[in-house]
Amino acid sequence: MKTILVAFILCLFCSAIVSTTAVTLRPMQEMNVEIDKKKNVLRASGEVFSETDNIIDVFNNIITTVQIDMDTGSVVSELSKDDSKIEVEIPRELDVGSLSTRKKYVEIYLKKDSSGKIQNIILPIASKGLWSTMLGFIALESDAKTVTGFSYYKHGETPGLGGEVDNPKWKAQWIGKKVFDENGNPKIDVTKNNTGSVHEIDALSGATITGDGVENSMMYWLSAHGYGKFLDKVKQGVL
Amino acid sequence: MKVKELLFDPILKNNPIALQILGVCSALAVTVQLNQVLIMCLALTFVCAFSSLFVSIIRNHVPSSIRIIIQMTIIASMVILVNEFLKAFAYDVSKSMAVYVGLIITNCIVMGRTEGFAMKNGPISSFLDGIGNGLGYSFILIVVGVFRELLGSGKLMGFTILPLVRDGGWYPSNGLMVLSPSAFFIIGFIIWGIRVYYPDQMEESN
Repeated sequence: MKTILVAFILCLFCSAIVSTTAVTLRPMQEMNVEIDKKKNVLRASGEVFSETDNIIDVFNNIITTVQIDMDTGSVVSELSKDDSKIEVEIPRELDVGSLSTRKKYVEIYLKKDSSGKIQNIILPIASKGLWSTMLGFIALESDAKTVTGFSYYKHGETPGLGGEVDNPKWKAQWIGKKVFDENGNPKIDVTKNNTGSVHEIDALSGATITGDGVENSMMYWLSAHGYGKFLDKVKQGVL
Repeated sequence: MKVKELLFDPILKNNPIALQILGVCSALAVTVQLNQVLIMCLALTFVCAFSSLFVSIIRNHVPSSIRIIIQMTIIASMVILVNEFLKAFAYDVSKSMAVYVGLIITNCIVMGRTEGFAMKNGPISSFLDGIGNGLGYSFILIVVGVFRELLGSGKLMGFTILPLVRDGGWYPSNGLMVLSPSAFFIIGFIIWGIRVYYPDQMEESN
């Protein structure tokens, strides 16, 4: 009897402490995640900002958020809360990033210059690495082919190995790469034997599977089941 | 026991990693960069000290049949607290540490101290014992971290000390130091050093 009582009181006590802390700190944690995400959109867009800037102001000044319908590739103006939650199953043979589902409507970001002309298209990407699903952004020029920035904002890869996907030097080599071949198929190769072509990225040492994950995310998200239809429209000048 | 013994014995004379060979897994995992090492040491010392304190406070009311799970519950709660605080106040570090802060729950040092010491001793000595073992763990981790970051990436705390060849400097980085096995070698050397200094720690050969 005493056993059950002690266990019960202890569990009650511990859960009270844990849940109070979690609830009290949640607004700060969510704020951190939000700021971090906006910072990463800005970084991927190539915008230079300092850590002391008010990130949310900087973001709102130059970035426009739009929703697109992934199935048709067109921009959706109004989206209800339920719509934004719709998940679509990814056919297994197309699912190179091991994601199994993706959203039907996806939020993307446009960086415009002062005259309102679009400079960069910033697209969220995701794929499985070694330990975790890696979430990040790729920024393309308005030609929808040339990379202007690449950045992960959330992953659980090994610090020092796969975690080096956050290394600014590694990310810098993405700039100027072309993500499609002549026929418009996605083409990017994370490889040890970099020959210096516009489709190749240096692999990270000790992080083969993370590197494969990065490559897979490109292959999926730039395919017709990913942003392919939207990017085709961009190439035709619809935006 | 005296305060001094409780706090400083675990650093060399009774080091949890070097003598008891506990908690080696995290010494391999988080020692690539020194700033992660420091956060990990703080987190572990906090968890170890407060788990010992709370276990010791309730030690006379814990039925022995469920004592292990009770200790686990307390340790797990402490670890979650640390993790939540890191996420709220040190977001960038907590992001780079990923799963390893959560894995303090499984660190044998914490459980070893609550079961081996806090269950038999008063709250204050248990608390000090927790801090002491945290310091002992920190000592080894910091040494390993300094070697691995300096020799592996030519930096300390993210500042370049040895400019790498690939960045136009002169130091060819040691790839082994970036990988986990190097921590085994460094810990091995530390244990060797400590045992030369304290011969009574040597095990009898069969």
